[in-house]
Amino acid sequence: MTDLALTNFLIRTGDDCLIVGHRLSEWCGHAPILEEDVALANIALDCIGTANALYTRACDLGGGRRTPDELAFLRSVTEFRNALIVELPRGDFARTIVRQYLFAEYELLLFEALSSCPDPEVAGIAGRTINERKYHVRHCREWVARLGLGTEESRSRAQAAVDELWPYTAELFQKDKLLEELVASGVLPGLDGTSAEWTDVVSRSLSDASLVVPADVFQHVGGREGRHTEHLGHLLDEMQIVARSHPDGKW
Amino acid sequence: MHDDVANESRFQERIDSGEKIEPRDWMPERFRHQLIRMISQHAHSEIVGMLPEGNWITRAPSLRRKMALLAKVQDEAGHGLYLYSAAETLGVSREDLIDQLLDGSAKYSSIFNYPTLTWADVGVIGWLVDGAAIVNQTMLAKSSYGPYARANLRICKEENFHKKQGFEIVATLAAGTTEQRSMVQDAVDRWWWPSLMMFGPHDNDSPNTAELMRWGVKRRSNDDLRQHFVNITIPQAKAVGITIPDPELRYNEESGDWEFGAIDWDEFYRVIKGNGPCNAERMKARRSAHDDGRWVREAAAAYASRDTVAAEE
Ligand SMILES: [Fe+2]
Ligand SMILES: [Fe+2]
Repeated sequence: MTDLALTNFLIRTGDDCLIVGHRLSEWCGHAPILEEDVALANIALDCIGTANALYTRACDLGGGRRTPDELAFLRSVTEFRNALIVELPRGDFARTIVRQYLFAEYELLLFEALSSCPDPEVAGIAGRTINERKYHVRHCREWVARLGLGTEESRSRAQAAVDELWPYTAELFQKDKLLEELVASGVLPGLDGTSAEWTDVVSRSLSDASLVVPADVFQHVGGREGRHTEHLGHLLDEMQIVARSHPDGKW
Repeated sequence: MHDDVANESRFQERIDSGEKIEPRDWMPERFRHQLIRMISQHAHSEIVGMLPEGNWITRAPSLRRKMALLAKVQDEAGHGLYLYSAAETLGVSREDLIDQLLDGSAKYSSIFNYPTLTWADVGVIGWLVDGAAIVNQTMLAKSSYGPYARANLRICKEENFHKKQGFEIVATLAAGTTEQRSMVQDAVDRWWWPSLMMFGPHDNDSPNTAELMRWGVKRRSNDDLRQHFVNITIPQAKAVGITIPDPELRYNEESGDWEFGAIDWDEFYRVIKGNGPCNAERMKARRSAHDDGRWVREAAAAYASRDTVAAEE
């Protein structure tokens, strides 16, 4: 039972990484400066790499009945368990950077907690991921500052991004049966306090960049139960088209 | 005037003895001019070259392929950066060079004006297009201009990975389902001739070649490089059962060369003049990335000057 719960947790965490990595990869060749083509591709690669590692462990725990590629390319929209924030369209550069910043701060806390997971494989993946996420946080936080303090236009675009994305942030810390079970059985360390810590860190960076954190807005949830926005279906249509068109194909 | 003649003969002697010319060294204006043209065209090619394959990152059929392709396209952006830096050593700015690309006055490799229609194109581009680029860039790594030679040396290391990955995709598809096999053959049919055109016009139609070779910027002629590329590629095609779309292809026992049919130079010049299938689209993509990114660059500049102001206060 616990194995199944851990498997499901790894898959949904992998889904977050894959979908956000996919969104970032859409920038490749279209970034505002060449250095950002490199940087966004780098972060995308880290995220998709983490997804692959988490799926691989999930598949091993699941007895090898599925492969990581099957998880990525053959599940339908309602089977994905990523949080809604990662599937939203990439939007402008401000939207992409703000989303990645908010998400990377969450991931950093998550992987720090997971680095003491009793499953040594998971702890290993988490340990390797922490440094990457520290870089993501640093890179995106620097851009948040540039955009927030740069020009009137960049500030208003960054603020619009914060306002649009904030209603999707609580889902990252949403407690559900799966998490409770994993914490109760000692497979996951308690994540109590991470939400407050995240809010603290993120609020400080945003206000340092003269951006206003929205107060008490409605929070959307549903991704963890497969209740997604319309955007995910389009993303999957594109991501899965080649794999699904050749069911017997090896790549 | 007298000095120029003396300088020029000293310059040629250095080149003939295999010395590298470095940014602070004396060089003829025309040498500088030709290098800026060549290096910036090369840089632009890396950047525009991100587009045809970049549009398959979101559709790559496995996690491994998705990561490899993303890493590859990222490398190409890095190549652009090395090359713009090499060009900047000659006294031009990246901004000005990019403006020339966007206003259509600078060229980039015509190969990127062809469309990528199926996943097999990603493999075939890695195999043939990166393969041809390696042949060219291996020569340029021995170029007489130091910064350009060193940029190409770094680039070649990464290009070899690209070619290896590309060929691996081709080999996998060629051993795959009927559909996959016909997909990869079709991609080779479309990319073969444009790949041969990557080496440029025949030597007798290439106005710059003699001068560039005398200056050691290029070490081998277009036709020579093209022949070398064909010679190494045909055995690879045979190894995976791919047919090269050239009925006149023959092995010449005496020379050891694979002789090939006539290249359609009308097509070559048509695409160079801007009438290839994707010229307009590639430029549109680059221009809109540039225009959409303007506010970001302005914000970064404003933020950076704010830092300096703060430091001065
Ligand atoms: Fe390249
Ligand atoms: Fe390449």
